[in-house]
Amino acid sequence: MGVIIGLEIHTQLSTASKLFCGCSTDYRNDGPNTHVCPVCMGLPGSLPRINRKAVEYALKVAKALHCEVCEEAEFARKNYFYPDLPKGFQITMYDRPLGVNGYIEIEGDDEEKQIRITRVHLEEDPGRLVHMGGGDRPRYSLVDYNRSGIPLLEIVTEPDLRSPQEARRLLNILRATLEYLRVFDGDREGSLRVDANISMEGYSRVEIKNISSYKGVEKALTFEITRQKSLIRRNQTIDRETRHFMEARGITTSSRSKEMEQDYRYFPEPDLRPLRVRDWVEYIPLPELPSARKDRFMIQYGISLNHARTLTGDLRLADLYEKVARVDPVLTATWIADTLLGELYYRDIGIGDVPISQFIELLELLKKGSITGKGGVDVLRILLDEVAGKKPVEYPSAIVERLNLGKTAGNEFLHLAKEVIANNPTAIEDYRKGKKGALNFLVGQLMKKTKGRADPRELGAILEALIAGKETEV
Amino acid sequence: MGFPDPYNAFITQCEPEKKGEGRLSGYTIAIKDNISTRGIPTTCGSRILEGYIPPYNAFAVDRVLAEGAIIVGKTNMDEFGMGNTTENSAYGPTLNPVDTSRVPGGSSGGSGAAVAAGMVRLALGTDTGGSIRCPAAFCGIVGLKPTYGRVSRYGLIAYANSLEQIGPMARSVEDVALLLNVISAYDSRDSTAVPKPYDHAPDPNIQGVRIGLPEEFFGEGVDHRVAATVYRAVERLEEQGAETVPCSMPSMQYALSAYYTTCMSEASSNLGRYDGVRYGLADDFRKHWHQAFQEVRQKGFGKEVRRRVMLGTFALSSGYYGKYYLKAQTARENVRADFARLFTMVDLIAGPTMPTVAFRLGEKSDPLSSYLADILTVPANLAGVPAISVPCENVHGLPTGLQLIGRYYDEERVIDAAYAYEQTTKKGG
Repeated sequence: MGVIIGLEIHTQLSTASKLFCGCSTDYRNDGPNTHVCPVCMGLPGSLPRINRKAVEYALKVAKALHCEVCEEAEFARKNYFYPDLPKGFQITMYDRPLGVNGYIEIEGDDEEKQIRITRVHLEEDPGRLVHMGGGDRPRYSLVDYNRSGIPLLEIVTEPDLRSPQEARRLLNILRATLEYLRVFDGDREGSLRVDANISMEGYSRVEIKNISSYKGVEKALTFEITRQKSLIRRNQTIDRETRHFMEARGITTSSRSKEMEQDYRYFPEPDLRPLRVRDWVEYIPLPELPSARKDRFMIQYGISLNHARTLTGDLRLADLYEKVARVDPVLTATWIADTLLGELYYRDIGIGDVPISQFIELLELLKKGSITGKGGVDVLRILLDEVAGKKPVEYPSAIVERLNLGKTAGNEFLHLAKEVIANNPTAIEDYRKGKKGALNFLVGQLMKKTKGRADPRELGAILEALIAGKETEV
Repeated sequence: MGFPDPYNAFITQCEPEKKGEGRLSGYTIAIKDNISTRGIPTTCGSRILEGYIPPYNAFAVDRVLAEGAIIVGKTNMDEFGMGNTTENSAYGPTLNPVDTSRVPGGSSGGSGAAVAAGMVRLALGTDTGGSIRCPAAFCGIVGLKPTYGRVSRYGLIAYANSLEQIGPMARSVEDVALLLNVISAYDSRDSTAVPKPYDHAPDPNIQGVRIGLPEEFFGEGVDHRVAATVYRAVERLEEQGAETVPCSMPSMQYALSAYYTTCMSEASSNLGRYDGVRYGLADDFRKHWHQAFQEVRQKGFGKEVRRRVMLGTFALSSGYYGKYYLKAQTARENVRADFARLFTMVDLIAGPTMPTVAFRLGEKSDPLSSYLADILTVPANLAGVPAISVPCENVHGLPTGLQLIGRYYDEERVIDAAYAYEQTTKKGG
């Protein structure tokens, strides 16, 4: 059964000040209601004044998503009551957004595909409610307006996605794009929020609200597909409704409220003038974006599509790669994509914390063959443990020497190889009968004895020579 | 404590301050209570703002203080500016100093009465659909609604943002011009403001100025004695060298509907913020927020405010938006176009400010008849053009106002003509 998914993505733009006032957006380490003024508190008589930087950031995104930018964009009021909404309305854009009819390219389940972007618009974030007294039934709520007026970009896609995985990939590429444009800081808590529309082909559409992470999107959609499919299997109807995602439990619940029927009474914001954006967007340059960089990496560095995609999927990762690629582009790509990333993730270390000069030295040792792959992993782990433990970070050469991890010439292990042969007569017999697998077993035994300091291929050659009785030639 | 206030012109009286230096040094000024004053309660004539003390000054207030004026107090008004009698105030009605059985007009009735009674030299009012000009006419003083965008609205507590302006009120055209001069400096915090500071001293030479007299301003619904008085005033201007041109403004037919639909729609949104969470009237919030909001708003807003919020909410609702709000904007366009057309033929438009003299207290108890009285003042707000009311002869001892409307940012000519007329009344009596 076909699945149809469309997303509404809200991302905070990383401007220094709020959308309609001069308050700083850097509030996360400060107390509640400390980054507020008459404007973002909605005090009577205050007026919004547009932050041009926020418009520029939003236009950059519209341009990068190949949107048609409208001649003029106009702010509108979305009227509703809620304790976190200081003015009784949210300033947003309604029938005259910044950009329409764009697209974004993602790696689909089957092939590369374009997901159409319906619209891109700018709006203000409301404040935030903090529920006190714990659990599902809080005793009371407090309001924090620090977030009120933070610029939010809303990006709406057409229902072109066909699986939760595609939705996740769209978000990944979108996040990368926003980071490349330098308009987004994904490390900020609450910087990305998603509402998803999902339906089974031929059935009613359900909106899931309140998803605040990438993983959450995939989880919520997967849960919802299971729920809807099982309703269909049991011949029950799927209600057209709004459901909330409970991140902690990984489920969606019916919100029961009448939100679908809410009439927002949109009308043009009389306190702001329309923005002439089409001419403006012409003068906004775009940096190299992820897909262009991916293509360049493949050509310039000769690395595989998969490696190029992984490396360019994150701005800081791509930057890191380009800093260290000169050692050996392919070796470096392999090490970053296949080893470093996992080790960083395991320790919850950011890409920005990778000790560059130590990492370069490690790559040089690997390239020269001074240490084995396994030895390299050991050194890297030690380096990263030191980073995670906030200790001084040693140089790989020092670690290699300290732990005697240096790759040793094969013949140093001659006597160990002889021991292995003496102890495994059955395997030798098998090998002589033509069972090539037996050699691998012997190499494994020998690797154990050398504690990984030798190159397995070299050990294999030594063993072969010994078994063939050419000891002296080794 | 405080000074006697026989007309209930003030909601809040201020401690006398030392006069500062500047062009208004030592001038006493009253501020309408919908203009934010730091540290001084600002109520909009509403219970819902009970206890609210703004932490900042409106731009216009900063300007008058910077020029040395002394703020005497905050004046009474129809709640949130919704009315033309100053009877719709949570603080009781203001009386007209000329005849205390009558209203001072509104909504800036407190400012009008304070100036007329000589309690202050100057006052700031606000004009959304005539709220400066109406009390000026009823109290026999001068009041100007500037071009939309000429004076920053920063700190003016919004009733209908696209229509309203802060403006000067005083007993003479010269004082009105001076106060406009002070408050019309550019303020980037109001995105609808335009950097065109007014800088002109009144000049009574109006030789060759062409004045249009739209038939609608003298027709049905306008008291014939008021019309006759205004015609006589126009004759005085002709004697000073002005030419008069009969003309017509067909868009007036829909002006009132366009005005009320627009202001109520905007008001329904602007007043959404009064929920008791952050400031003003607070209620017991140990209940669902939705219920608490309803109770605070029910208690805090007066009847007329609730009526306009509900009608405005209706006009913006999906399914009705096109029928009401959008249609009102089309009618508004027609008013603009009418003015644009007329101003290719004439320099000013003249007519009565109000169709009648001041109402008796309680006379306008039915809202519709009160709304109809705004017919001559709302066109200037719909188009955004400047308009002044200058006192002309009394009718049965009650003041009437000559209204002069000009082109965008042509306050100079509006003020000069008003000044020229004022001079003739001084000479001839």
